[in-house]
Amino acid sequence: MAAVENNEIRYLNPPTVEVRKKKYCRFKKAGIKYIDYKDAEFLKKFLNEQGKILPRRLTGTSLKFQRKVAQAVKRARSLALLPYVTDLLK
Amino acid sequence: MIKQYETVFIATPVLSDTQMKEAVAKYTKLITDAGGEIVYEEDWGLKQLAYPIQHKTSGFYYLIEFKASPEFVANLEIQYKRDERIIRFLTVALDKDAVAYAQKRRENKNKKAAEPQPQAEAPVEAEVEVEPENIQED
Repeated sequence: MAAVENNEIRYLNPPTVEVRKKKYCRFKKAGIKYIDYKDAEFLKKFLNEQGKILPRRLTGTSLKFQRKVAQAVKRARSLALLPYVTDLLK
Repeated sequence: MIKQYETVFIATPVLSDTQMKEAVAKYTKLITDAGGEIVYEEDWGLKQLAYPIQHKTSGFYYLIEFKASPEFVANLEIQYKRDERIIRFLTVALDKDAVAYAQKRRENKNKKAAEPQPQAEAPVEAEVEVEPENIQED
């Protein structure tokens, strides 16, 4: 028992229990069914500064809606509402 | 079979107002002549392009929502390609969610147009003045 206690004391900073916020799909949550390619400002939330589409890993979008986001971004790009390549978008 | 479509085209910025109207009239006529029905039109006006197209940095955007047969769309796009005034176009078939969205969007637009709220100037001016004395004391 004593050994265990020593072991616990050895931590200088108590190991913080990380409460990571669970990512969620904003479309599922908000009940959005159609993603509009005409709304460039909204689509910018899913782009990085170079105008690349952010991965699901970062945005938390579900696969179903990631496909729709990608589709919408590509349509917006072809209509010159969003750039294909850029620096310092936003 | 009739489907609902949405088409956006970008016309060159060199057109005058009447020329632009003419171009729009041409395409709306094309749609109605082919037995289609125009649901909604929207003029976005002159917009900056996100990247240059044919050495142009801006263009007139115009949106038309219409119902027509799928065969007609090919015809419409051929007309776009042959038209030198049109620098870019996109035609999209609308599924049922998209139709619902489009309807909602239209209603919102109408509502905004119906009641143009002249936002009252908020009296923020009075609070802007920060006494410089406090800063000097620090």
